[in-house]
Formats: sequence, C-alpha cells, structure tokens
Amino acid sequence: MNLPKLPLDRWVERAEDWLGYSFAPLFDAIRTVIGELVSALEFVLREPAPWILIVLLAALAWLVAGWRIGVFALIGLLLIDNLGYWDHAMQTLALVLTAALLSIVLGVPLGILCARSAGLRSAITPVLDFMQTMPAFVYLLPAISFFSLGVVPGVIASVIFAIPPTIRLTNLGIRQVPEELVEAADAFGSTPGQKLYKLQLPLALPTIMAGINQTIMLSLSMVVIASMIGAQGVGADVYRAVTQTRTGVGFEAGIAIVILAILLDRVTQRLVRSAKST
Amino acid sequence: MPIIEVNELSKIFGPEPRRAIARLDEGWSKEKLAAELGLTVGVNRATFAIESGEIFVIMGLSGSGKSTLVRLLNRLIEPTGGELRFGGEDVLAMNAKQLRRFRRARIGMVFQKFALFPHRTVLQNVEYGLEIQGVERVERRSRALEALELVGLKGWEHHLPAALSGGMQQRVGLARGLANDPDVLLMDEAFSALDPLIRKDMQDELLALQQKMKKTIVFITHDLDEALRIGDRIALMKDGSIVQVGTPEEILMQPANRYVERFVEDVDLSRVLTAAHAMLRPETVTSDRGPRVALELMRERGISSLYVVDKQKKLLGVVTAEQAAAAIRSGAALEAVMHRNPPQVEPDAVLSELFEPLSHSSVPIAVVDPDKRLLGILVRGAVLAALAGSEPRDGAGAMPETDSAPEGDIGTDAPEQPAHLAQESARPSAGEADAIHEEERRS
Repeated sequence: MNLPKLPLDRWVERAEDWLGYSFAPLFDAIRTVIGELVSALEFVLREPAPWILIVLLAALAWLVAGWRIGVFALIGLLLIDNLGYWDHAMQTLALVLTAALLSIVLGVPLGILCARSAGLRSAITPVLDFMQTMPAFVYLLPAISFFSLGVVPGVIASVIFAIPPTIRLTNLGIRQVPEELVEAADAFGSTPGQKLYKLQLPLALPTIMAGINQTIMLSLSMVVIASMIGAQGVGADVYRAVTQTRTGVGFEAGIAIVILAILLDRVTQRLVRSAKST
Repeated sequence: MPIIEVNELSKIFGPEPRRAIARLDEGWSKEKLAAELGLTVGVNRATFAIESGEIFVIMGLSGSGKSTLVRLLNRLIEPTGGELRFGGEDVLAMNAKQLRRFRRARIGMVFQKFALFPHRTVLQNVEYGLEIQGVERVERRSRALEALELVGLKGWEHHLPAALSGGMQQRVGLARGLANDPDVLLMDEAFSALDPLIRKDMQDELLALQQKMKKTIVFITHDLDEALRIGDRIALMKDGSIVQVGTPEEILMQPANRYVERFVEDVDLSRVLTAAHAMLRPETVTSDRGPRVALELMRERGISSLYVVDKQKKLLGVVTAEQAAAAIRSGAALEAVMHRNPPQVEPDAVLSELFEPLSHSSVPIAVVDPDKRLLGILVRGAVLAALAGSEPRDGAGAMPETDSAPEGDIGTDAPEQPAHLAQESARPSAGEADAIHEEERRS
C-alpha cells in the first residue's frame, strides 16, 4: 500500500509563517523586553571589576549556603577570571538567570492554576511532556524565525526547555497540602486568595523551590545549544572549541560552566532546605 | 428557639444526586440506590434541632455519616436537599460571600486530626480566623492570647505545633475555634485521636469551658461513653439516618429500636444515670414542728430519720428517731438536736460517684438543688433498682418526644414511685441504728 506522505513539515512551516506574520508586533515586544532584561543583567554582572563581584558573590554564597560554598565560590570564580572567561561566564549567567526568572514568573502561576483546575492540568500535562522530550534543537528554529538570531531566542528556547519542572512541582506542592488543612482554612471562612497565600504557597514552598532549582539547572544545560543561534557566553566558547576540535579550550570553558552550575545548584538547594525548615 | 434547625437534610454522593431524594421518600433503601442508580447516601433526611447552649452529640460508628452531617452544617459539604437554618437564617440560600461571613463569625470548627497549620506558631494558628477577617494585629493578638489562656496553653504561643503533644495540639485547635467567639462550635471527633487519659481530661475541660462560655457545641464521636459523658442530648446515626435523638438517659432507658438497644447494652449505667434519676420523694418535717410531731411521723411511716426543711423546702438537717426522742425528754426544739449537715449531692451527680457516700452514710443522701432545696433522697435499694434498669426498657414504641423534654425531667418521675419502697430500705436494721449512735458519739 502506498499512502501519500502526510505533509506535516509543510503544515508546521505554514503555521510558523502565519504566526510570525500575524503576531509580529507581539514577538517584537517580547524580543525587546527579554533583550533589555538580559542586557540589564549583563550590565550589572560585567560592569564592576571582576574582583568586586567575586567577593560579593562569594559572600552571598557564604550567607545563603555556608562557608564551604562561600570558599568554593571564591576559588571557582577566581579560576574563571584567571582562565580569561569572566566576561563570557557573566554573559552566560545573565542568560541563565533571565531564563530562570521568566520560568518562575510564568511557571509558578501556571502551576497554581493547574493545581486548581483538573481540566487545565490534563490539558497542560501533554504539552509539558512534549516540551521536555522534543529535541531542543527543533524549537530553536521557530525561535529564530520569530525572534531572529542572538540571545533572545536562546532565552526563549531555555525557558521552553526549563519551565516544566517549575509548573509541575508548583502544582504538586499545592496539591500536596493536606486536605484537612485546606478544609480548616475553608471552615474559618478564608477567601481563595487567603487560602493560597496564607496556607498553600507557604506549605508548597519547599516543593516549588525544588522545581525552581531544576529549572535553573536545565536552563544552564541549554547554554551550549543556545550559543548555536548566536547567544554569547561560555556556551559559545565550548561550541567553538567543538567545531575547531580544540580540546584544551573546550575543557576550560566546560570547567567554567561546571563551576557556575555547582554554585547555582548549591545555593538554590540551600534555599529549598531553608524553606522546608520554616 | 433552637439555634440550628435541620429539616430533611440529605447528602447523596454520585452523578445527579438530586434524583435520589424522591426515591428515598418512596422508601428505597440505601443498598437499592447504590445498586440501581450508583448513588451513595451520605446523610439520609436528617431532622433535628439544636438548642442554644447545649452540647449536642452526633454519635455513630464509622461510615454512619456523622462526619458528613457535621460538614453539612457549615456547608463544607454542600447538601443535596433539605433545609438548614441557623438562628432562623437560611444557610443554604447564602452566596459565597455570605457563607464566608457566616463561617467567620458564627460557626467555628475543631478537627479530628487537629488540622493545625504547621508553618504557623501556636499564636498564629489561633489568630488565623481573626486575621482573615482583617482584625487589627494588636487586637487579634490579645484575643488569641485570651483563647490560649482559656485552654491552658499560656506560654506556648511562640512554639510551632509540631513541638506540642497531641493533647496540647488539640487545645490549640480548640483555642483556634474559640478565638472568633462563634455561636456554635463544631467538633468533629475532636478527642478521638487522643489517648484515653488525656481524652478524659479534655472532656472535663470542654464541659468546664462550656459552663463558662455557654457555647452551643455540636460534638461528633463514635464513642458511646464519650457521648454519654458530655452530651446534653445525643443523636444516634446509622447508615446516614438519625435513629434516635434524646438525652443520655432516654437513649439508655428507652432505646428507639433494636439497633440502639444493642448499641447501648454494654453501657455502665452508673456512669450515666444521675442522682435525679434514682432519687425518691423525701419524708420531711418543717422546722417549726416539735420533736413529737417528727417522732410520730417516723412511727407512722416506719422510718428512722426525717429531713428537716423550712417553708421554702430548703434543707436544714436530718433528725433521727433517737434524736427526736432525746429532744422530747430534754424539751429541746427539733433544730437543736438535728444533724445539721447531712450528706447531700446535686441532682446531676452520676451514680458511680455516689457508691462511696452511700455505703458510709446511715441516713439517706439528700439531693438538693443549688439553692439547697430538697429535691429527693437517695437510698441504696433505689439506686440498685435504677442500675438494674427497673424502669421499663420496652423500647418498642416510637421515638420518644425528645424535644419537649426539659432537662432533669427524668428525675421528676422517680419520686412518683411508691414512697414506702424508699422508706423500707431507709429503715435501719438494729445494727445500723447502733452505727448511727456510734457516729453521733464521734461527732
């Protein structure tokens, strides 16, 4: 039997064209906002002399996560600077933090809505699965066509890839609040908002923080891929090293990413734990 | 006027539950509804009224629908049909906002598993109800502290609930329920998760609190002893229906059907029946009569002691035959020779507490009201007769008319038992008469 091939590719492309054409102003606005956000963060991270920022970040890590992580931050960041990757590492950090910020701003409310509505939950779950399993390269392409090259499509792709854990775990955290506590809040006449802010969010916080931690780690894992569409930073250094088969350079840039990853992970994990203990 | 009126209130679980109501009216059983329509009966046309200031216990085994019923009262569960009035107001007609106001101001709740907010301190838990009403911080603090002091948790306000024992946690739950100063407090198996000793303490404290604050309390329990201990009236539930509503005595002495009878057959009556239940009509003499009259009365009735009262029936003392005879010899007045402080109890003392005084006392124990008016007397024989259930326990009749029976009503028909029975047992044997002398010499 010789069925004709479904023209799925052409459909997708036509949809892409239509979206790009019809929502051009919207995409422009998004690009401006995200672009500004990244440059603002980059400015903050790159403007001061590296040693000032190194001391500040190490002190912050110490405060949040204890002296071990503080010392690690100091040595790790000094190493990055010493190897000559400071500017690129800060560009990467700006990209990752922007993606994480957007994921939180979008993901937490979405997670709350999911927890409230079984309908929305069942509608959104397959979308989340799709976002996490579809190879990341694939949605780089429409990202480019909507937002052109540069850091913005990199941020968008990172958000798409990294937002699901925040949504899922916010939803989970809220639905894990014991039924009897919700009932008690109702019995005393709480409004839905009071129930959310005074009971559900505080109790869900550790779980939500775990989701945010995962989101940050996932968006960090996107930096090399994002560099393929023009996002600057250590990701781009790795990518260049790969294309030029320069193992040494690749290793140095890779170390810079690992140091950032460990720092972000430890600090946010500590936030999870302190959220749990309150 | 009752504060809560419940009329044919029902809760059916399942798709399109309303269609079940008519079926229930047609006499379909719970099983038939489940089999043919796939509907589960939670509460089946419950009708009762709760009086202001009483402790109304809803009792039943697990699955009897009592927890569902209590949640219908504040609409945590939406009733399928029927009527619910609170202070005359139609609760089922309230919109979301009105319902919130109703829950905030008028009806508090205490939960089986405490349901304290783990991230809030004891104080923050107690002030929660005030906080969400927008009561100002200083005021809600002080009201919450007051409530905490009431339940004996002063000094614990800044601990987290997890640091407290189960009993203390439930005190917090109780304080949280009381802090809003609601008219009615719903208590859903509030003491069931506590171990027996603490549970008994909490029951006592609840009774003391209720005496002080005069709250209406709707108390859910599966424990008959608990129900009998704290309930002014008890509604017994089975399979979602209310089987009988009545005072503890009514439930015990006139079970509405075989189910109630079987439920209560193992009850230790001595912990439930009160002095009012077993007391007999006293033989009295007023204090202005002389000892001759008293002695003559005793001879006539064949008894060995008489209670001396004033014109208002206020108890003054007890006089024995010997004392009367001595007074005649010495020409003294009755009041001069009588025993001035006879053993006495209040009408709501349970019989189990009376065994000890009864076994020591040589004269019948007087039952007096708070104004010291003599209501009746207790003698061993009548107490034993009451415990043996000598009152007709036929239970074959219809539900007793519980709503019309005022408290203490049970006691009033006891004195109508033939008085001679009492006096018979009151008549001391020779040995007992000696004991009286013995006692008098000592005193």
